Amino acid sequence: MKDKQQGWENEFLEVQADGIDRREFLTLTGSGLFLFFWVGPLEAIQEPARLPARPGYPSDFNAYMKIGPDGRVTCLVGKVELGQGSMTALPMLLAEELDVALETVDIVMGDTDLCPWDMGTFGSLSIRQFGPVLRGAGAEARAVLLQMAAEHLGVPVEGLQVKDGVVTSASTGKHVSYAELVQGKRIERHLEKVPLKPVSTFKVHGRSPARRDALAKVTGKAKYAGDIAFPGMLHARVLRSPAHDAVLKQADTSAAEKIAGVKVVRDGDLIAVLHESPDEAEKARALIHAEYERPPTAVDDQSIFEHLLKTAPPPQVLNESGSLADGEKLATTVVEETYLNSYVAHAPMETHSATAVFEKDKLTVWAGTQTPFPVKQQLAQALKLAPENVRVITPYVGGGFGGKSSSRQAVEAARLARLVGKPVQVVWDRSEEFFFDTFRPAAVVKIRAGLGERGAMTFWDFQVFCAGDREAKQFYEIPNQRTASSGGWGGGNPAGLHPFAVGPWRAPSVNTNTFARESHIDILARKAKADPVEFRLRHLADQRMIAVLQAAAKQFGWKPVPAPSGRGVGVACAIYLGTYVATMAEVEVDKATGRVQVKRVVCAQDQGVTVNPEGSRQQMEGSIMMGLGYALSEEVHFRGREVLEHNFDTYELPRFSWLPRIETVLIENQAGPASGCGEPPIVTMGAVVANAIHDATGARLLQLPMTPSRIRTALSGS
Amino acid sequence: MQRTISFTLNGKPTRVTGDDEHTLLWVLRYELGLTGTKFGCGEALCGACTVVVDREAVRSCATRMKDVAGKSVLTIEGLAEAGQLHRIQQAFLKHNAFQCGYCTSGMIMSAYALLEKTPQPTMADILRHMDDNLCRCGSHPRIVEAIQEAAGSRERAR
Repeated sequence: MKDKQQGWENEFLEVQADGIDRREFLTLTGSGLFLFFWVGPLEAIQEPARLPARPGYPSDFNAYMKIGPDGRVTCLVGKVELGQGSMTALPMLLAEELDVALETVDIVMGDTDLCPWDMGTFGSLSIRQFGPVLRGAGAEARAVLLQMAAEHLGVPVEGLQVKDGVVTSASTGKHVSYAELVQGKRIERHLEKVPLKPVSTFKVHGRSPARRDALAKVTGKAKYAGDIAFPGMLHARVLRSPAHDAVLKQADTSAAEKIAGVKVVRDGDLIAVLHESPDEAEKARALIHAEYERPPTAVDDQSIFEHLLKTAPPPQVLNESGSLADGEKLATTVVEETYLNSYVAHAPMETHSATAVFEKDKLTVWAGTQTPFPVKQQLAQALKLAPENVRVITPYVGGGFGGKSSSRQAVEAARLARLVGKPVQVVWDRSEEFFFDTFRPAAVVKIRAGLGERGAMTFWDFQVFCAGDREAKQFYEIPNQRTASSGGWGGGNPAGLHPFAVGPWRAPSVNTNTFARESHIDILARKAKADPVEFRLRHLADQRMIAVLQAAAKQFGWKPVPAPSGRGVGVACAIYLGTYVATMAEVEVDKATGRVQVKRVVCAQDQGVTVNPEGSRQQMEGSIMMGLGYALSEEVHFRGREVLEHNFDTYELPRFSWLPRIETVLIENQAGPASGCGEPPIVTMGAVVANAIHDATGARLLQLPMTPSRIRTALSGS
Repeated sequence: MQRTISFTLNGKPTRVTGDDEHTLLWVLRYELGLTGTKFGCGEALCGACTVVVDREAVRSCATRMKDVAGKSVLTIEGLAEAGQLHRIQQAFLKHNAFQCGYCTSGMIMSAYALLEKTPQPTMADILRHMDDNLCRCGSHPRIVEAIQEAAGSRERAR
């Protein structure tokens, strides 16, 4: 549990540190302290006073809900709707604990003036980690309301029943509604240690209500940060350098200034042109003549892996059991391989966008962000404003995947709004989106492992460089093993390790670690002349993993044959922060061109208690589709600190013609706590496709993405 | 060139005065207040800004105002009639054919243009026609199902 905790704290720290000076940030927070420990007195309702009951979150349940005089309940959460469906799922948790009809619950998300503090929406945490917090608030509120009802009705609490927000005395039949008890006021009474409802009594969980964002999204009425507009608002276009280390020598804005109605702003490092018309602002930016000095190019997308191995910090051993030397003595076959993956972009369809407005001293920013509260702190810092004078509102967000944890566009919009004295909108173009992205890090994994005489793995030595340690540890039963990690996507990397910012990318670390582990397991299965599924089952003791693998095999109709069988089928398994996944795929490889068509994907998942089955399936399908990209095409090219990707012509996302037949299997598991579902199925996609390509052709791909040219190269060597 | 462009927008005669080289997408969004059409790439590579001009799906980020003079432009806001969602919108709703929703307007407008010309598209027709509309959330299987449903097709979705 400890290391999981550490995981999301790191994610948070990294989010915070990006976009503001790291040293400043550390001064700000103190070492090991987080921002949520120093909130001002004016934010009393948002103050986390009762740690560790709701760690980091406000202790007062009123922060999470309001019961209106009409009986409608407003659920207040600092999470945001990125498409993952939290807007639909989170009210289910509150309705369940509070015993109100789901239809009477409204939700407000990601507004720093209205909602309780939250570190951000990432890491599949909304249900797994925030879920119990919200449920706890609902449970406490319900218990308090029952007490109030008992007093109101003059009956003991024990005989009271609640349905749809109406409390009824079983003995007298008298009843009173929550709305009548509360009368639109804040509830001042509190109770300690109110238990959550047992899973067996759940009525709302497991239903698939209509998505709350559906009508707005199919009619074009859903508002995103760039859709917020004000009279007189100016569209800003900021001058960008061609590479991350380029130093501006001079900028001549005289031609840009000649455009009627343009405003040119120079404020330290920030040079921008603004206009009421985005067309005119773009024209003006193109007219700025800027000269930069660039240091010599050090590394590129070819030499990066050697550079990472040379520059990575000393490895940390994450776990060690048995003795590698003993294991190696028992091995009759030893397999050693190095696995590589490139930098990968988040590439959400909505680029980073923000609209900023000052009303006197109060700043309001509508931002497409995964982290409204940290962004609020960033804004207060950057503009030297009191936190209570900064409000961040998060409308719908057009995808995040970890990339909108960092939100410098909000600071740009706010700085410019103050400088020009008008509302300002910043919408990055696609080139800016690629340039400032916090990529999934390029990484190297080295694995050395051995097979004994009876086809059992005797040792496993796993070393990951620069991807991060999340889920690096082996879950197959191997008597002698070691896992080590060096560097990662979070903080603490030596300067110059990565040529640009890296950060959390949907299921950080785990795409890389799973690709390497599950590819290597397949190689060992082949050496053992065993069927890949049978070989895995032979090394599994964890019943949940066995169950998901068998469920996937059943749905897929897996027939045990050692690979390569020529059929083009593959399997990969993973555990992601408590969620179990097994994926099977069938591919067709065009040996002449090296092109791969994934024909079918079956994914079985055990995520503990499922809140919203339909929402979970959408997340699984989305993960599978998105995962095809890092498996087959997505790769950031760069020269020195210049990002060569500018748009979707060179950076290829999965598209309709790639669509495989997708089947998802949700395992019923009422015993497990609700864990995340928005990330786990993506982690197996690299390995399952690599293993299927191997099964089809006998060629083993050791580098992601598996582009046609890499596949042709592998085919010529196999 | 500064001039007044007349065109039909969502069935209504519309006049916009300004530089006729200005981009349809920005004019729709910021002069006419129709923000349902989205900016995604600016180079006609992603389809988020798709609108229908005289029955053709076009990328409004790469369309100048002078190109729509005298023509009929349909955006996502003009699809529902008399408060009734268009059958493609209903099908997207039913199949949850979106997640973040940012590509959705463009998807629906592309699908609309497809069904206008090819009321009974095959699976291959759908995949080919929609291939340049990008979705990062991976709603592709549901979008295909929704288009099939709107077309009344019984062909297996995947």
